[in-house]
Amino acid sequence: MTDNKIAQLFKKQPGRSLNVYFTAGFPELESTTTILQTLQDAGADLVEIGMPYSDPLADGPTIQQSNTVALNNGMSIKKLFEQLNNVRDTVTLPIILMGYLNPVLQFGFENFCREAARVGVDGLIIPDMPLVEYEEEYQAIFEKYNLSAIFLITPQTSEDRIRRIDALTNAFIYMVSTASTTGNTVAGTDSQIEYFKRIQQMNLKNPKLIGFGISDKKSFDLACRYAEGAIIGSAFIKVIQQPTGLQENIRDFIYLIKSGEEIFS
Amino acid sequence: MDFSVDERGYYGKFGGAYIPEMLYPNVEELRQKYLDIIYEPSFQEELDELLRDYVGRPTPLYYAKRLSEKFNAKIYLKREDLAHTGAHKINNTVGQILLAKRLGKKRIIAETGAGQHGVATATVCALAGLECIVYMGQIDTERQKPNVARMKLLGAKVVPVTSGSQTLKDATNEAIRDWISNPEDTHYIIGSVVGPHPYPDMVARFQAVISAEVRQQLLYKEGTEFPNYVVACVGGGSNAAGAFYHYLNEPAVNLVAVEAAGHGVNSGLSAATSVLGSLGIIHGSKTLLMQTEDGQIVEPHSISAGLDYPGIGPMHAHLYDSGRAKFYAITDEEAMQGVVLCSRMEGIIPAIESAHAIAALHYMQLKSDDVVVLNLSGRGDKDLQTIINYLDEHDGQ
Repeated sequence: MTDNKIAQLFKKQPGRSLNVYFTAGFPELESTTTILQTLQDAGADLVEIGMPYSDPLADGPTIQQSNTVALNNGMSIKKLFEQLNNVRDTVTLPIILMGYLNPVLQFGFENFCREAARVGVDGLIIPDMPLVEYEEEYQAIFEKYNLSAIFLITPQTSEDRIRRIDALTNAFIYMVSTASTTGNTVAGTDSQIEYFKRIQQMNLKNPKLIGFGISDKKSFDLACRYAEGAIIGSAFIKVIQQPTGLQENIRDFIYLIKSGEEIFS
Repeated sequence: MDFSVDERGYYGKFGGAYIPEMLYPNVEELRQKYLDIIYEPSFQEELDELLRDYVGRPTPLYYAKRLSEKFNAKIYLKREDLAHTGAHKINNTVGQILLAKRLGKKRIIAETGAGQHGVATATVCALAGLECIVYMGQIDTERQKPNVARMKLLGAKVVPVTSGSQTLKDATNEAIRDWISNPEDTHYIIGSVVGPHPYPDMVARFQAVISAEVRQQLLYKEGTEFPNYVVACVGGGSNAAGAFYHYLNEPAVNLVAVEAAGHGVNSGLSAATSVLGSLGIIHGSKTLLMQTEDGQIVEPHSISAGLDYPGIGPMHAHLYDSGRAKFYAITDEEAMQGVVLCSRMEGIIPAIESAHAIAALHYMQLKSDDVVVLNLSGRGDKDLQTIINYLDEHDGQ
């Protein structure tokens, strides 16, 4: 597998990478590419586009609500691929699609990967795809289309399993900050810091991004002390659901998160 | 063909454990330990004693004389409605609470639709002295008020769920979210043969006491362990799994699963998953579910909160797919007539869920010497308001 944009990013910029999640088709059906372009202009490093699902059980209320709105707006995987048709003309950021397995299966797994590769997607996060099914059924398809599979780990994931996940991916490890669904706050408790350090000391071959509970500069900075960056989801959804000033709000938010970069670099 | 679960939790192509990493350690711990724990002699002894002295097992296998005359066959009702708390649900919660204690869990969560599983869970939590949180769709809390009151009286915290369709599917999502947030001290008592492996198999094993008893009781009453038909309603499918369990690999016994057609299978207000469903993933299991072309889960409808679920357990999906079980879909209207029929002909007010199974007798081509065992999964007290409303609308007839 050749280096895709995700691998290139971490080679070029080994720390403080900001990955922003947003739900496709939210707040408006056609807002997907505007948000993508604005995020790139504002200085985000990666984007994770959520494919809305009726029953997103690993997500908290903010993201679930954005999923419901997007579905009511008429969003679908087919529509998303249409929206992303010419995205690579202007957007150079690594693009990851995140979504639950059922809609992907209904689209057809290989069809989905083929379309994703065609529009220039670099990686996929499918949180309810079991590792064993990945190895047996899906890995060959991911590789055929040069897509990276990104897996989650949590404070409860065993060392053996983390090593197995590290061997199976070539993008980054998605470190869930704490036992929760999305939309809570990273408190920086002793046990959390101990978990971050424990993973840091494992010397994994892949970079790590911390997600769930990253909402502001303080939590982003905390995550960047122990990992190569962080993922912001629910807090960003709250920014884009403001009724006016979408692009300006996005620029302000990204600036606030990333400002003060010199202090830690 | 073997209808038992395989090592990875599949029944044919259905089953598995499609769960986010946050649930993996919990589910894996269960998977590794559940069989060893439930087949320990001390566990079995404790379970048997509770089933006998607390639940009131064995439940009777009652020869329903007047129904038999009406349908011109020998109809037996397996009286799960006489089990403590009024439904078969207690068989599973008693088993799972003993398991949870052996796993060292301090906190129990559950989802409920009709409230029967919620009441059964609240009951065993009171028995075991464990904290109990029950997630229930807001709409279900309104249509099943007596069960909400029972759960609270038993010391459980009932959390009304306002997301999605505000029914069983969403209550299940919220319970899963709670489990994600409390991975170490909490056990999730799933009430049906759904969810990630090992739940469908574990719940089926706890409910299998139903068919184990039927075999013994029928031998005594009919001189054979094998009826011609076993009939049970299916939402997720736990009472059917229990009634079918010891007959799965006995091809001479016809298995009949009865789903809720709501306003009619093609009315857009239905829960007849075997007809309307297609292969997909719901609540951690690959099975048949009602979904759009885009893979979004469709809101089901049934007058019975316990059958109002857009999927079926993977075992039932396999029984349907392989033709091992025959599936019928019964409308709300037919089910309510089943309630009245059973009440007036046998003096037994059945749960609306179970009345779906009764209504299916009209569609079966029965012969006079056919022995039919119908699993009367629960009693209708909880449905009294719905039944009264129905009778009022139909001039009390």
